[in-house]
Amino acid sequence: MLEQVAIQLLNGLVNGMILALVASGLTLIFGIMDVVNFAHGDLYMLGAYVGTTALAVTGSFWLALLAASVAIFWLGVAIQLVALRPLLGRDPLTTILATFGVSLVLQNYALWQYGPAGRRITEPVAGHFRLFYLDYPWYRVIVAVLAAAILAALWLFLKHATWGIWIRAVTQDRVMAAAMGIPVPLVHTAVFGLGAAMAGASGCLSGPLVGVDQTLGLGIILKAFIVVVVGGMGNLVGSVLAAIFISLLEALASLWVSPAQAVIVSFVLLIVTLLGRPTGLFVPTPK
Amino acid sequence: MTRTRPPLGYWTGFGLVLLALAVAPLVLPEFWRRFVTEILIWGLLAMSSDLLLGYTGIVSFGHSAFFGLGMYGAAMALLRLHPASLVLATGAGLAAAAIVAAVVAYFSTRLRDIYFAITTLVFSQIFYVVIFTWTEVTGGENGLAFRQPPLTLFGWTHRFTPTTLHWFVLGAVTLSYLVLRRVTQSPFGMVLQSIRENESRTLAIGYDVKRYKIVAVLLSGLFAGMAGVLYAVQNKFAAPNFVFFDVSANVVIFNVLGGPGTLVGPVLGAAVFFVLRELFSRYFTEYYLIPVGVIFTLTVIFLPQGLLGALRRPLNQ
Repeated sequence: MLEQVAIQLLNGLVNGMILALVASGLTLIFGIMDVVNFAHGDLYMLGAYVGTTALAVTGSFWLALLAASVAIFWLGVAIQLVALRPLLGRDPLTTILATFGVSLVLQNYALWQYGPAGRRITEPVAGHFRLFYLDYPWYRVIVAVLAAAILAALWLFLKHATWGIWIRAVTQDRVMAAAMGIPVPLVHTAVFGLGAAMAGASGCLSGPLVGVDQTLGLGIILKAFIVVVVGGMGNLVGSVLAAIFISLLEALASLWVSPAQAVIVSFVLLIVTLLGRPTGLFVPTPK
Repeated sequence: MTRTRPPLGYWTGFGLVLLALAVAPLVLPEFWRRFVTEILIWGLLAMSSDLLLGYTGIVSFGHSAFFGLGMYGAAMALLRLHPASLVLATGAGLAAAAIVAAVVAYFSTRLRDIYFAITTLVFSQIFYVVIFTWTEVTGGENGLAFRQPPLTLFGWTHRFTPTTLHWFVLGAVTLSYLVLRRVTQSPFGMVLQSIRENESRTLAIGYDVKRYKIVAVLLSGLFAGMAGVLYAVQNKFAAPNFVFFDVSANVVIFNVLGGPGTLVGPVLGAAVFFVLRELFSRYFTEYYLIPVGVIFTLTVIFLPQGLLGALRRPLNQ
């Protein structure tokens, strides 16, 4: 029993890191421009698909990962320019609707382009190590480490790079940032691209763990929404913590109930959070 | 403000559309008759959501829960009770939808804007998971199938033909429309619209915004449940994929296309959606949602009031 719990904790941590990557992109986009990106899950899904194509062409998983991130970055830039820039200054609700339309297009494009049959990305690292009574794939551990590295890089970028400082400035005060000469519209587009690239990368990373099909998006966006709300809208550290917390809870719950029902645990956590602390569990001082 | 009499033009238009819809099953071939009946049912569902989206200014991404519970409530009443009674089935469906709506309303109205939308979405997924996995009661993935109940009123029994079923649906939808129209024009509806325009100010004036929102969600859920009952009776089954997110998503599409805040706009939106689907399926087969998604996004950007946006004022008089 204890061994099962340990294994599930590791599983939860791996899933949590992938989820954290998706959710931090979502929360970054919300924080900077009040856009709730409904298409975020579909960018994740398309990242996985681009990964399968690039893997077939280049034969290297790491090149495929790079290709997925770059392709989804530019797709994100295009979406922001076409669908979201005209909505700047309107009610945030209209951005949900617009990105929802984008999500419909992306999802059905994937269905059209890649067909309804699921695909699989082969693991780039095939080795296993002994964990109690089962062979645990090294790849899962690598995914968690890699996701953590990407998040750490993002943090350093936001902290020290010129663009990172611009992003934080625009998040704090859009008008003042513009007055200081920061190209605010460009920052908006770049952040959307950045968030999209993170979704694309995590889609490609999780490709070998779960099958790739066009319904992947809805599953992850629901979880990412929950994470973002539980962690506090627009709060990066909060959403990383919340992603890990929720994934651990779900992994533990699936010891007793089926995975389909384990989802309810995170739903309940969301409701409890909304009732008790609507600004998020991991925010020190509500605004 | 003086209360003017409803304009003659409005009621003439209302009568003409009603007449056209009543004559439709007599002149249309089988496929298109069914098409129109379904549009009416989806239209009622979209209309119920308009009370929130168009009048109160809050987006529900979880209307499939109310619709689905209406469906399952009716189905269970028809399967468990003997003899099967349409009136009891309707009552059961509405009761189920109302209970769910009460739960959703209590929790989700504590939050604003996007938080409301996300909470409704999460709730509808909870009910989906419950219905999908609780096989003993709900039939799980297969859903519930039953025989169509006859209409029994005051000892008079009528077995539905496709045409009379269409009239029955038309009657229920028209009645619901008139009730919803009355609600939106009542003082209660005015408060809802003032919440849409400026929530903080409404609160500052002294209205209990949260209570108004709860009642709005309840009412909306009740009419969505009615749509679910009608859909169940027409198709003789209840299935879990009608509780899934797709249905809620379609409801939002209907509203945005047709024009929120007009009640009839969402019905028109449903009609446009299904006509587009028929049209595009010829060229895009099952990928018709690609052009629909493009049209939807363009509507959000360039036509935020929807197709009937220009008629918003006369339709609300």
